[in-house]
Amino acid sequence: MKTEAKKTPLYDEHVKCNAKIVEFAGFMMPLEYEGVIAEHIAVREKVGMFDVSHMGELWVTGNNAGAWLQTMVTNNVLTMQPLQAQYNALLYPEGTVVDDLLVYKFNDNEYMLCVNAANVDKDFKWLTHHDEDVEGVNIENKSDEIAQIAVQGPSALDTLQPLTAVQLDTIHYYRFIKGEVLGKEAIISRTGYTGEDGFELYLKNEYAPAIWQKLLETGKPYGIKPAGLAARDTLRLEAGMLLYGNDMDQCTTALEAGLDWIIKFEKDEFMGKESLLDQKTRGLVRKLIGFEMKEPGIARHGHTVVDEEGNDIGYVCSGTFSPYLKKSIGLAYVPIQLSTVDSEILINIRDKIKKASVIQFPFYSRKRKTQTK
Amino acid sequence: MEYPDDFYYTKDHEWIKTQANIGTVGITEYAQKQLGDIVYIELPEPGETFEAGDPIGSIESVKAVSEVFCPVSGEITEVNEKVAAEPEIVNADAHGAGWLIKIKIKEKSELDELMDSDEYMELIEETE
Repeated sequence: MKTEAKKTPLYDEHVKCNAKIVEFAGFMMPLEYEGVIAEHIAVREKVGMFDVSHMGELWVTGNNAGAWLQTMVTNNVLTMQPLQAQYNALLYPEGTVVDDLLVYKFNDNEYMLCVNAANVDKDFKWLTHHDEDVEGVNIENKSDEIAQIAVQGPSALDTLQPLTAVQLDTIHYYRFIKGEVLGKEAIISRTGYTGEDGFELYLKNEYAPAIWQKLLETGKPYGIKPAGLAARDTLRLEAGMLLYGNDMDQCTTALEAGLDWIIKFEKDEFMGKESLLDQKTRGLVRKLIGFEMKEPGIARHGHTVVDEEGNDIGYVCSGTFSPYLKKSIGLAYVPIQLSTVDSEILINIRDKIKKASVIQFPFYSRKRKTQTK
Repeated sequence: MEYPDDFYYTKDHEWIKTQANIGTVGITEYAQKQLGDIVYIELPEPGETFEAGDPIGSIESVKAVSEVFCPVSGEITEVNEKVAAEPEIVNADAHGAGWLIKIKIKEKSELDELMDSDEYMELIEETE
């Protein structure tokens, strides 16, 4: 079944900025404007802004919201403070991944889940299916009403500050507040998917174009560039942030994907816990690793990792030329015995076998001025 | 966008310009734009021979990879080492400094199979 791609409220702005438009997760999205490398470097060194209105927002409310979410996700929702955001995962009972998401806590009875665009309907069905017999939980999908703009980079704060009376430097990393941006109600969240400092703004669709235009203006002295999905992908990959559908999905477990840091086994119970405990006891047979190509070329999603005889033993999930590090990097699932740093792996790139080496990821980490919690 | 009228063009978006029996080959402005920022270029060795339509190399951008096909049959006489080292030259000047290879043309009549600039511009208008 083919349905027509939706436009975000910022579609006309992208056309004005000469974007190359592509369809992604059912939306007409900007792939790039000036060019992926220039946009990528702008975010690392100055500031960039992204339309991420395709992302989904689900509201979970009710006096049982927190306790119920605690059983559905891997991270510990009950230790969250109000106005805190938390990276999290929704799992199947088998320990494989339904989606990765950010959980925003407004108060004990109100949470927002920011989920992947391609998974909004799946997540909504999954959650509503599991809250059927539960009292005190209400789930609402507000994705179509809410736009999202990400302002990312060392000058993100200075770019955004003129639009709001909120003292942005009082918002710590992975914290948010409800405030006004250009006089309109918004959620201002100090989060992002680029590896840089920055903010994500959630607002009603109709407010988005004026704020987009104003940010282009206030960001001008800092060298702001609108940045597309292409730069978003290269930035997140350098920063070692996983992409659902590439690096993890319904076929990979959260442990194989290296999500250990958000899996809280000390919780009483959560979906997938038993399977993951079992896998932990038995030991992993494969694992997600970061690699760097040792020969020219880019290993891309779907290319296979092979042994000396050319047999497939793993696969590349994500791969790109890293505009900031100026080398070819990627993520792959490999047998556990090849997963240690400095292991040499072979990748079949369009029937040519090329050498790569397992390296630490994140490939890039920003230097932080001040340590925030 | 300018497409020189002394070039011949292929449907795979290569161009060839001839001088005596030597052809200079590159990819078109349209092709470089579609690819976006180019980061790797793989080219053949001088002395290798190809038939028209054979893949002779590949061009890889951050987002995509594209094979380069030989517009005519012949023997490679020279490759542009400069673009192999600095692929962004192809983005900046696809029809000039961004040329890829030179080839000794075996059958000049094969050029008649290719498009002129008007035909090529029509083709890309249709694709766009």
